[in-house]
Amino acid sequence: MRRLTLRTVALGYLALILLGPLSVVFWRAFEKGFGPAWNAVTTPEALHAFQLTLVIAAIAVPANTIFGVLCALLIVRHPFPGKGLLNALVDLPLALSPVVVGFALFLLYGRTGWFGSWLSGHGIQVLFALPSMILATAFVSIPFVVREVVPVLREIGTDQEQAAETLGASQWQTFRRVTFPAIRWAVAYGVVLTTARSLGEYGAVSVVSGRLAGQTETATLYVSDRYENFDIVGAYAASVVLALMAIVVLLTMNLLRPKEGVH
Amino acid sequence: MGIRVEGVTKRFGSFTALNDVSLDVQQGSLTALLGPSGSGKSTLLRVIAGLERPDAGRVTISGEDATSVAPRKRGVGFVFQHYAAFKHMTVRGNIAFGLKIRKRPRAEVRARVDELLALVQLQPFADRYPSQLSGGQRQRMALARALAVEPKVLLLDEPFGALDTRVRGELREWLHRLHDEVRVTTVFVTHDQEEAMALADQIAVLHDGRIEQVGSPRDLYDQPQTPFVMSFVGAAAQLGERWVRQHDLDLKLEPTAGALEARVERIARLGFEARVELQLAGSGTIWAQMTCAELNRLELERGATVWVMADRARVFAESS
Repeated sequence: MRRLTLRTVALGYLALILLGPLSVVFWRAFEKGFGPAWNAVTTPEALHAFQLTLVIAAIAVPANTIFGVLCALLIVRHPFPGKGLLNALVDLPLALSPVVVGFALFLLYGRTGWFGSWLSGHGIQVLFALPSMILATAFVSIPFVVREVVPVLREIGTDQEQAAETLGASQWQTFRRVTFPAIRWAVAYGVVLTTARSLGEYGAVSVVSGRLAGQTETATLYVSDRYENFDIVGAYAASVVLALMAIVVLLTMNLLRPKEGVH
Repeated sequence: MGIRVEGVTKRFGSFTALNDVSLDVQQGSLTALLGPSGSGKSTLLRVIAGLERPDAGRVTISGEDATSVAPRKRGVGFVFQHYAAFKHMTVRGNIAFGLKIRKRPRAEVRARVDELLALVQLQPFADRYPSQLSGGQRQRMALARALAVEPKVLLLDEPFGALDTRVRGELREWLHRLHDEVRVTTVFVTHDQEEAMALADQIAVLHDGRIEQVGSPRDLYDQPQTPFVMSFVGAAAQLGERWVRQHDLDLKLEPTAGALEARVERIARLGFEARVELQLAGSGTIWAQMTCAELNRLELERGATVWVMADRARVFAESS
């Protein structure tokens, strides 16, 4: 009985918070049939927005993956004086509103900002262009790989790495042949979360991009733009594409994951 | 000389794990580092392997100063208490690791791994993963992995510590035979004096970061130089200033010159041997060890009065 109650509460909450809104998105997108929805997401602006979102993710995700693994190694394997600070800083993007991040970048890279004046002097446009959007996305999606990898690194301990060392492996060989295989699932899961977060980023990118349709408009900004212009089908149809992207990312993970059980 | 450790000191924060330790290990010998936990025995082994850097002192391996040489260039094989198996590699992959790192030709790696699989009797398990092996099998795999690179010295950190008693015994026998075959200079850490006595040619007893005594199992047992060695290598009891082994206590039924009067508190028959707990007339308790045959001859009973002779007791100079 108690288990049944627990199940009802858990599933009911999930339905209310998650499935309800998601179903409405799908429902409204295809309200007038498949055709209009398809047309709405294949306009040049829409295609450009999706492409831009993917380009940003394709740069921010690998960068954060490499940084995340290095950062986790630093935190767990090479204790140093500022370790506690680094550990706290990594979580900052989870606590800080993306809009704040956007404004911070705005101040830094704006025409009168610290870096902005120098960069624009050298003809490099950061704000209202791809670089700032990548910076904003990378900022908000930093924590995931680090947070997934740190506990696994702690758990596997140093025995295997030391064994590799006594067997003649260099630091890089030890990482590639021993450490990485042991943390690869944590890395993969971190990558999935980072990707999902990057695809969905809105607040920070909204501030730094300038939101120029067909130029600096990502998929999420495009959805918002369509909605503000009363193009309901366009907004919902683009939302469906974003949701599908997220689902594909999560499914890829789940399809890969069972292989872990083999050994 | 296989390994020479000279004046090694190692501190962890304010804790001194090793305090000016020196030790010589003969080429081809089997040496045990014996001591209770916290005595520094594992730290000493890790200093020899290069996994810990000493704060002072020198380590020489096969005549070459290895103190500042990285572990991977020392030519040591190291076996960990908890196996440190590479979980994502098969037994074959684990054993081949060092050879692959050295970029040996594939055929050579294969031949050498086959040879080692036979040596550690794991041929049927070559393609299994460590999680599919028992503890004893994993440890044999770890040994083969360490031996694959033909180390100058083989270092084992409590190699049988995580195994149950029966497997421990088997693996101990097996390691002894292996050492007879391979003859690589071997140092192992243990807190089990029986294990050290059964396996080693030479035992170094460590206590509080210092070496108390180094010697053959027989030397340590018959000629202990400190009360610690006497009570750690085999059991011993204290009678005032004197230390005596329980099996050297001689019980008399008649008052005897130089004997202590005592009352029998409890008798435990353990099969071949028996233990007699005694309340000494002065104060304190002690137990005497004898064969059951001896116990039968004395016809001892609880409450009986006996006289305890301790002729072979030792007196140690004030602890140095």
